[in-house]
Amino acid sequence: MAILEILEYPDERLKQVSERVTDFGDELQLFLADLEETMRAGPGGVGIAAAQVGRFQRIALVDCSVTRKPVPNHGFMVLINPEITQWEGMKVGREGCMSVPDYTGNVIRAEKISFSAQDASGETIEYECEGYEARAVQHELDHLDGMIFLDRLVSRNKDLFRRKVYK
Amino acid sequence: MNNWYMVTLVGRDQKGIVSRVTKALFEGGCNLGEASMMRLGSNFGVMLMVGSDSAVSTIESLIQPVAKSLGLMVHIDAVDGNKRDHPQPNVDISVYGADKAGIVAEVTGLLAEVGLNIIDMQTVVAGSEERPIYIMQIDGHSDESVDRLRAAIEPVIAQGIEVQINDIETMIG
Ligand SMILES: [Zn+2]
Repeated sequence: MAILEILEYPDERLKQVSERVTDFGDELQLFLADLEETMRAGPGGVGIAAAQVGRFQRIALVDCSVTRKPVPNHGFMVLINPEITQWEGMKVGREGCMSVPDYTGNVIRAEKISFSAQDASGETIEYECEGYEARAVQHELDHLDGMIFLDRLVSRNKDLFRRKVYK
Repeated sequence: MNNWYMVTLVGRDQKGIVSRVTKALFEGGCNLGEASMMRLGSNFGVMLMVGSDSAVSTIESLIQPVAKSLGLMVHIDAVDGNKRDHPQPNVDISVYGADKAGIVAEVTGLLAEVGLNIIDMQTVVAGSEERPIYIMQIDGHSDESVDRLRAAIEPVIAQGIEVQINDIETMIG
């Protein structure tokens, strides 16, 4: 196992769109272990996307069981080729990113999402998440599309409902 | 950049203040650091960190012509460098109520007593001329719980002032 190097903005590669995973073999399993170790090494990190370590495949890890204040969560999730199918509600919340050190800002995210993703063995699982965990999933999935939270910053004084964030 | 200065500019709001001030500094070889700029009432205020190898008199000579033509008052202080030192807020406080003298001092006084560190604060006087309301938004850092902060602010709430205090749970991913 190894802690991988995190790409930091303005590294152009963070804007790259990731490709679907097709091979669920041993090499992927080794990478997942390294990616998890990297996520846990980051201070307060509850999620990571493969793109953040320069591997442009649709892989994200999320673990919201470790927050300071407990939040509803599914524990450790390996999300491969994830697809959000439903969004509900909107909420402003504060986010930071291991790829953007020393800054946090407000971002609007859906409060509840439904999505499917494959696990490490390639099996498809359906999820429903809310609140903080839904925020983490949306943040990580953005990385897979070459987006970072700075692309979605809002001022807290801005009217929440006048802005269209999700198409 | 050996020296950092906090440049404060205040004057009647008009178009072009930010672009003309920053252009003069940039063309004078200064490095612009963090800044906060906003309209307050009918005024515009700028607080801008400026890095330069030059002395304060040089910065002054760069800004003065622009400030004069825009009718801005200028104040320049030498300050600590533009270090990356950003305490992240963990509590969000909003306060509103009928505008009355002393509300800010009372609210912030009670919060200071329980150790709240204000990182960012904005206040606006809104409502009608006859019945003004005061709206205050604070991002702060506190080692105390939200419940403890709420208890501390109780005397203000008892006066009919609305206070919302919420945890900011920053998601890092
Ligand atoms: Zn991120």
